[in-house]
Amino acid sequence: MLGALGIESVEALFEDIPASVRATGIDLPPGEPELVLQRRMSGLAARNRVDLASFLGAGVYHHHLPTTVDTILSRGEFASAYTPYQPEISQGTLQTIYEYQSMLAELTGLPVVSASHYDGAAATAEAALMTIRATGRDRVLASRAIHRHYLETTQTYFSDGRHSLEELPTLPDGTTDLDALEAALADLHRPVAGVLLGQPNAFGVLEPMARAVTLAHAAGALFVAVVEPVSLAVLASPGEIGADIAVGEGQPLGIAPQYGGPYLGILAATQELTRQVPGRLVGRTLDVDGRRAFVMTLRAREQDIRRDRAASNICTNQALCALAATVYLATIGPHGLRDVAASGAANARRLESALAAVGVRRVHSGAYLNEFAVRVPDAAAVHAALLDEGVLAGLPLVRWYPDDPALTDALLVCATEVTTDADIERFAGAVATRMAVAA
Amino acid sequence: MTTLQARPTDVGLSERDTPEGSLGPRRAVGASLQPTLAELSVPGRHSDQVPHPPADALAGIPADQLRGSALGLPEVSEPQVIRHFTNLSHLNYSVDGGFYPLGSCTMKHNPRVNEWSARLPGFANLHPLAPDALAQGSLQLLWELQGMLSEIAGMHATTLQPAAGAHGELTGILLIRAYHHSRGDTARDEVIVPDSSHGTNPATASMAGFKTVTVKSAPDGGVDLDALRAALGPRTAAVMLTNPSTLGLFERRIVELLDATHAAGALAYMDGANMNAILGRFKPGAAGFDVMHFNLHKTFSTPHGGGGPGAGPVAVNELLAPFLPGPLAMRGADGSFRLEVTGARPTSIGRMRAYQGSVGVLVRAYAYIRTHGGAGLRLVSDDAVLAANYLRQRVGEAYELPFPGPCKHEFVATAKPLREATGVRTLDVAKRLIDHGFHPPTIYFPLLVEECLLIEPTETETLEDLDAFADALLAVHREAHERPDLLHGAPLTTPVRRLDEATAARHPELKWRPMTGAQTPCPQ
Repeated sequence: MLGALGIESVEALFEDIPASVRATGIDLPPGEPELVLQRRMSGLAARNRVDLASFLGAGVYHHHLPTTVDTILSRGEFASAYTPYQPEISQGTLQTIYEYQSMLAELTGLPVVSASHYDGAAATAEAALMTIRATGRDRVLASRAIHRHYLETTQTYFSDGRHSLEELPTLPDGTTDLDALEAALADLHRPVAGVLLGQPNAFGVLEPMARAVTLAHAAGALFVAVVEPVSLAVLASPGEIGADIAVGEGQPLGIAPQYGGPYLGILAATQELTRQVPGRLVGRTLDVDGRRAFVMTLRAREQDIRRDRAASNICTNQALCALAATVYLATIGPHGLRDVAASGAANARRLESALAAVGVRRVHSGAYLNEFAVRVPDAAAVHAALLDEGVLAGLPLVRWYPDDPALTDALLVCATEVTTDADIERFAGAVATRMAVAA
Repeated sequence: MTTLQARPTDVGLSERDTPEGSLGPRRAVGASLQPTLAELSVPGRHSDQVPHPPADALAGIPADQLRGSALGLPEVSEPQVIRHFTNLSHLNYSVDGGFYPLGSCTMKHNPRVNEWSARLPGFANLHPLAPDALAQGSLQLLWELQGMLSEIAGMHATTLQPAAGAHGELTGILLIRAYHHSRGDTARDEVIVPDSSHGTNPATASMAGFKTVTVKSAPDGGVDLDALRAALGPRTAAVMLTNPSTLGLFERRIVELLDATHAAGALAYMDGANMNAILGRFKPGAAGFDVMHFNLHKTFSTPHGGGGPGAGPVAVNELLAPFLPGPLAMRGADGSFRLEVTGARPTSIGRMRAYQGSVGVLVRAYAYIRTHGGAGLRLVSDDAVLAANYLRQRVGEAYELPFPGPCKHEFVATAKPLREATGVRTLDVAKRLIDHGFHPPTIYFPLLVEECLLIEPTETETLEDLDAFADALLAVHREAHERPDLLHGAPLTTPVRRLDEATAARHPELKWRPMTGAQTPCPQ
């Protein structure tokens, strides 16, 4: 190639870099052949501990991963393709996104679904911005019992000061204080764009969603439900309760925890909000010969066409993660998904009983599905001590609510279909031993 | 009425117009369209995945909180699942299947040892909120990767949190605002972008509440220095530059551009989408950029995944480091690793997402950097730039090259003379390339070159592959003169042909018709 270009070395191709800013290499160790690299990577992975009986959820959940999911995800035809700009040779990706949109529309009860969002937090922030664009108002109310990191992320997205995000308090039963919501909505000088509530919320408690939706709509605000997708197999869907937008973390649908991602932000909306939806959308159409085909559509909302007037700067399809969710839902099916959700609920009730038997009781009285907070004296120390017993005792809520005395000694614990009776016995036994020592 | 079967075309073209080589016709992708899962669904079909729960599992849930509507998901067997998605995969063009010269996207080979690494159970099954004591391996990897990317960028510190390039841009612009505000400098409400920029740059500026000011390019393709100077002022917060530019050209006036930016009190953001050209040759931080993002799915070989997930780490100099989003990975004096505690740095702009990063992607990029090492990464760019210049020369045999070389990792060609001579547009050239078995280059971007093709071969293609693609592009040029109808009707060999995108946008059909419950599958 050098000969064809009539040059003696590649140096000639870099002479356009001004000498004063030309670098002389990268100071990193030499490369490693595959065998050596595999030893290194195995060594690092082995320094993580994933063998504990885990009751940690708080937005990311350990579930059974059907073997079909990784089998399909490993296919290079999906993994090594890019955004389907050329639909004639991208129908595989396009149809799977369309199927994802269709299945998430079923789950959420809302018809317009985008597969472009990074995770539950980013989807929540985008949904808050949607309510602002759609209503022309600039004030958003969010329950304090939404995943802490989702609220922090939304706050970051709002940091230019044009919009405000206010937190709604919670009641002792763990639900959001809807009287406070009603009062906040009544301030006619500061009309509200959107109201955000979690279902289940960050304490695992089920919120009175129907009343919250009624209050929001009466004040002309949009309602955003922050949901967990597996729960939608058994809980009332956002569409059923009248929500305008549903967002959530798609990780429970066939995606491994991976210490933080890549995940899948779920974002679904009503028909009326279609043009406010950020990110890619795939639609069904026909080709010139009348064959059914799929294509990216409503592109005029997007950054590469509208530039500074786009609905968002999003360029991604989170396509491979959406593919995982699509294969997961296809494999598990409607009855299987219900079994997953109900098994988690049944195991969580067993966990509650086992902990109550050793004197550890719930913090809140509201109904829950598969996650709840318990009060343990000296919770942070107990949590640390239980690691040595092979138990990951959920999340110390003091990490998320350092200023709330009611949660100082609270652990947020969850169960799913992978939780065993042996795990539960180990947890309850270790807590009992620890509390006896402390007493 | 729709059909899954091929129909005789009505445009006077046939399979005989398929280009043929010594191995017979070359097809870009497989041929059979697939029904949807909804169409495959038959009540009762399933695979046993989890045990059934007890009948009273939901007894604790108030009735009005339970789902009232049926759950209309498809019911299919495991063999159907595998066959459905395997057959769908055959409809995709991919790097694994062939040369994918999509400019600006760096479609290089995805090494399989990276995939193997990310799937190790210790990495895959670790919960993002796991206590530091359980996460020492991942924390060490993240801490090392922060340092590696800082070294590659010539910067002071790196956050691994951003989930994509555009997310990194937003992070960078928020950092810049935090910096100005920290100095009481709150009047800067403009971000300058060149007219050759990625669409994400102006969209990011708007999203962060800035006004976008666009400056034109000079005839040589670089940013017009005088235009930039005229645009700069006390209201300029940042200048966002892509370097090498989206034309595949290094900004020759980079020193002057950076000086002018800083003289106006603004900061310089580098869109690092094109880092694959300059690893070890240009360190943005050392040259004077204040902040940049990487696209790990471009430069560092993580799979594009059909559009995502990517990752967009952001590297910054000392000025901006205090504002980085948390949590960062830290190493203690005793050699143990930990995640920064939320709120530990009051100057931080806050979180950009739920957790510390797309760690599964970061593991792959780390493996890639370890595989190549410092010298190997420089060789990556050497080979990428060499391949691009070679291909540029070959493509130049027939197509106009609007800018002088050398190019960096990609180059622009234009079919404008071809359109004037034959009526064939770049879109037609792209579609006909598919019939020759290739994924087309990026087309109609950047916006400032008419009828443009943006071609990026990457370093992982052989000379034979580069020549085969060049031969195909030249053959299409000949076909445009001899039989322009072939190009207007292309592609002919794909499972679907050109689509009715206007109707799709006018009457969006974004999901299969609602099923009336799991018992009623819905044929379309």
